[in-house]
Amino acid sequence: MKRVQGRTAVLLASVASVALVAGAASAQTVKMGIPTFLTGAGAPAFGIPAKEGVELIIRGINNGELPAPYNSVGLAGRKIEPLIYDEAGGGTKQVTELRNKVQKDGVDLVVGYISSGTCAAVARVAEEVKVLTLMTVCGTPRVFEELVKKPKYLFRTMSHGTGNNTGAARYIAAKHPELLKDGFIGLNQNYAWGQDSWRDFSLAMKIVAPDVKPARKQQFPKLFSGQYGSEISALLRAKPKVVHSSFWGGDLEAFIAQANARGLFKRKTFILTVGETVAYRLGRKFPEGQIIGTRGPYGMYAVGIDTPLNNWFQKEYRKTYGYPPAQPTYQYAQGILGAKYAYDKAMKDNGGKFPTTDQVIKALEGATYTSLAGTVRMALSNGHQAVTEDRWGVTVWDEKKGEMVVKDVVVFQPECVNPPDGVLSVPWLEGGMQGAKCG
Amino acid sequence: MDTELLLIILIDGLVYASYLFMVSVGLTVICGVQKILNVTHGSLYAFGAYLCATILIFYAEAGWPGAGAFVIMVLTAIFLGIVFGIIIERGLLRFLYAEDEHIIVLATFAAFLILEDVLLLIWGTNPYIAAEPLALLGQTDIAELPFDNYNLSMIFLSALVAAILWYGLRRTTFGKMLLAVIYDRELSQSMGINVTKIFLLTFMVGSFLGALGGAYQAPAISVQPGIGVEVIVLAFAVVVIGGMGSIPGALIGSLVVGVARAAAVHLEPVLELFVIYMIMAIVLIVRPQGLFAPAKARKI
Repeated sequence: MKRVQGRTAVLLASVASVALVAGAASAQTVKMGIPTFLTGAGAPAFGIPAKEGVELIIRGINNGELPAPYNSVGLAGRKIEPLIYDEAGGGTKQVTELRNKVQKDGVDLVVGYISSGTCAAVARVAEEVKVLTLMTVCGTPRVFEELVKKPKYLFRTMSHGTGNNTGAARYIAAKHPELLKDGFIGLNQNYAWGQDSWRDFSLAMKIVAPDVKPARKQQFPKLFSGQYGSEISALLRAKPKVVHSSFWGGDLEAFIAQANARGLFKRKTFILTVGETVAYRLGRKFPEGQIIGTRGPYGMYAVGIDTPLNNWFQKEYRKTYGYPPAQPTYQYAQGILGAKYAYDKAMKDNGGKFPTTDQVIKALEGATYTSLAGTVRMALSNGHQAVTEDRWGVTVWDEKKGEMVVKDVVVFQPECVNPPDGVLSVPWLEGGMQGAKCG
Repeated sequence: MDTELLLIILIDGLVYASYLFMVSVGLTVICGVQKILNVTHGSLYAFGAYLCATILIFYAEAGWPGAGAFVIMVLTAIFLGIVFGIIIERGLLRFLYAEDEHIIVLATFAAFLILEDVLLLIWGTNPYIAAEPLALLGQTDIAELPFDNYNLSMIFLSALVAAILWYGLRRTTFGKMLLAVIYDRELSQSMGINVTKIFLLTFMVGSFLGALGGAYQAPAISVQPGIGVEVIVLAFAVVVIGGMGSIPGALIGSLVVGVARAAAVHLEPVLELFVIYMIMAIVLIVRPQGLFAPAKARKI
């Protein structure tokens, strides 16, 4: 019995010492929870490219490889300890995951989230558990317009979906009015993202091209439907030459394969609001002459941004993974750079001492920071919602580079495509985009 | 409604119906003979799509004749039908035939979840795109709209599968033994029919059909995680409408759903998803056993 007790004591002592060492180690790091789709339909187009962007930018930050203004090691001098986990499984599961990451794993902050559904589910919980949370990709404006109107811990480091669809409307109306003489039609997945995208686009079109009418019937196929024969027939029969679509991932890839086989892209011009997510992967199979977006200046639009920071990212990413970085890669890296900016600034404001979470929040609220592809301004929702410029162009295959590129690019400033601070997206669009400044 | 639109709805409906039939017929064959609602059918579809897409990508890179792609699809399905037939039927189901059918559904659901992870282990999360055969057969203009011949060919493939199954069941000794087993398992056994062998062969055929559905669909879709889940839900809807275990039921169920969905897309797109499950709900209310449920022998 004594021997058993002795062994137990040794075991307990070992566990305690390991825990102490681990505790000491984690005190010198910043523990960052990073949800992204590692499995399921969201993984290939968004989750995995996002994870790769995370791995690269954290490597750069932890090794001090990044060019200025991020050429110091870690966040406020402490290395990032990433905890990358799967966003799949729906909102309820992600709420539990967030609680676990905070209460069991003791993360200092969370950077990530792709699905608007997940963001809507965790928004209030992030405030409740008081964890600094930087949402990176999800587009629903509801996060700050309905769910968390007075945020403290919650931020989003890229523009929400409204800016993207407003930019799309402005682009087609300005650059290709001749295509709009028979109106326009929508093909969007039948869930929040698809419906919100169509709503924002059609509302914006009322302002920028008031004489142009949408088709009476819009297509809203089921998410992950995979079969689009009937929809393609309906689009081929429809009069409008312009099709708005917020399709993404496998649905977009399947649609492109089936539409290519029926010559749809030769008869219609598509506005693919997040089409860039599959453009690199499809290569030559991606149709040329289509208008594509990235919800900002990311991926394909960032290729030509000649700054040391972006050049480092492009070069290192292509070297590490063998293909170019797409929009989710940039968007996640942008979130982590937002965290670096805030921690470093908070430390400086704190007299060089490691900052508290409240000090980090204060540093990020309303901040303007340099990202890989331009500047991020935390301009909306009490300084918690970012705006960036929005770029639009037309796809063309670059034989020399051997990859799809964009031409006829128009850059919309954030003030041109986003509502002013304190104004909700839908009323802003319905009210004629009052206060928009397009230079 | 003009006749052109009617014709287009019919063609679109037939294409979608053939897709539904291809993904549901294997499920209904197994259900009819073994009285099992086989959830792993979705995995067979996914394995068929993944394996076929992988081989097709290598095949296209090698620059070999395009027609060989169709041979690859059939061989892939045969291979998977045999392998999974043996693994799932001999390795799992044979231990459960005496159990309640709910237990068997749960067991196949568990196997389905395991196989989903096996897919991830083998192929990872990246999608596979093997669209070359889609362009191979060209286009046909019907009512001034271009239709790709690959999807149209699925109508003929489904008809061929239905005809072979009908012939196999009605005109061959094996088919007659199969019908005897469907009618009364115990009596068939007592008459000397090797029910164990029949079960294994049926499961292999059902698995082959599931894998063939996936293999033939591979060029038209982006093969990626989750495709098996989507398919199994649709296949269940078709099987419920047609009647559990009825091949004509699967055929008619697919046609009803396919044409109704195509009509919805063209006439009132917001009803596209609703229409499938509305038909299922109506059938369940009016004829809960499905439109063509096989007659059940009354045992005394």
